[in-house]
Amino acid sequence: MRTFLDIGKELEADALSPSTMLALGEETLECWITANDQVPTDKEKEGFRLIALHRQGAKGDPSFNACRETCRELIYHYNLITLDPEHDQTLQRLNMMKLVASHLYYFIAGKIEKSDFGEFCCSSRSVRAKLDS
Amino acid sequence: MSENKEKYKNVAYYPGCALEGTGHAYNKSTKAIGKALDLGLEEVKNWNCCGAMEVKNVDPKLQTYLSSRVMSIASNEMKHDVVMAPCNGCYHNLKKAEYDLENDAASVEVVEQISKKAGHETYKAGSIETIHALDWIKKAVGEEELEKKIKGGLKGLKVANYYGCMYTRPRNIFPEKDQGGDSESTDKPHYMDDLLAVAGADNVDFPLKTACCGGAHTLSDSDTSTKLVLNILMAAEASGAEVIATECPTCHSGLEMHQIRAEKMFGKKTNVKIVYFTQLLGMALGLSKRKVGLQENISDSYALMKEKGIA
Repeated sequence: MRTFLDIGKELEADALSPSTMLALGEETLECWITANDQVPTDKEKEGFRLIALHRQGAKGDPSFNACRETCRELIYHYNLITLDPEHDQTLQRLNMMKLVASHLYYFIAGKIEKSDFGEFCCSSRSVRAKLDS
Repeated sequence: MSENKEKYKNVAYYPGCALEGTGHAYNKSTKAIGKALDLGLEEVKNWNCCGAMEVKNVDPKLQTYLSSRVMSIASNEMKHDVVMAPCNGCYHNLKKAEYDLENDAASVEVVEQISKKAGHETYKAGSIETIHALDWIKKAVGEEELEKKIKGGLKGLKVANYYGCMYTRPRNIFPEKDQGGDSESTDKPHYMDDLLAVAGADNVDFPLKTACCGGAHTLSDSDTSTKLVLNILMAAEASGAEVIATECPTCHSGLEMHQIRAEKMFGKKTNVKIVYFTQLLGMALGLSKRKVGLQENISDSYALMKEKGIA
């Protein structure tokens, strides 16, 4: 597996394909799951491994739902582009997909820095809940 | 929804702390549009902090009590059926307290004990309905009636609607959402889009409308917050937006603050303006920029509004 920083560098590159961006999203989530001493799943949910990885990350950690919609937006843009590659909005959609993938990356970067990121807002729990339990 | 309109026309108003400070323009514009739309707001008497994020981290049950006290006053003393909180944090915490008092016996016990000590009636779950300012306009007025009152409107202003996190997450504390029909969605919220579209805005397809802005960690991990906000601002601009509409004082000040910080720290300048949805709606209703507190925003949108013939 590459380092987390390698993923960030690749995300900065120009002209990334939708499948590359989706794969970078998966790799981003893999880093978080691996950092939590788990083996990233190879399964798919709703036809996408990204959703399965998100669910794995969110199990027992509702704060991880802070990136649920971001993951779904990444897939939405992937679908838009791959189902109609000749659409006149494809370049714009690729640009948006890159910004969505970057957002997922920055969020996970924040979680790696401070694991309770999203804890008391998105999961509405005290950051002490884990310590107290 | 129309048969319930009367229920939402006169509500208890819980501004919360932020609307007396950094979110003053949100408070001002919320009251101004209420007046313009003939809606009644009665401020909760002697209200207290909802517990915000700080109390929740020290003692979550104390936060439940603090929010329950606000609901107790609005319900038991002021006899309201509905309390409206325009701040996402307050709205979220009141909803969370409602959920805990419905589902957690230990929370009920703590709230009963503290309420008794404090000398006021204990709040009973289900006594009052907590709504957001977006629900308020949507339910008390609705798009059809709102359209009739629009004067001038937003004239094709390109808007990215940013809802933030606490308006929809965690989903279990918002049982009324995701019910199909006209209910709000937690995946892709649309109430702000609906209202501003009626006011003449051209809502852009914005993929980060509920994305994390790192707001809660803005002091402990400022660079992460700045990167997240900068990405939201860049995505709004890439979507073609001239304005980001907000419905939360924390989101609003976070976007404004980190827009400046992003330029200083990362050399990335973004020009998209940040405006409360109530300010946009107010101007669409013909209210002056001063009446909606546009000059109080750090993000200076006056020139844009003037150019568009809105302010």
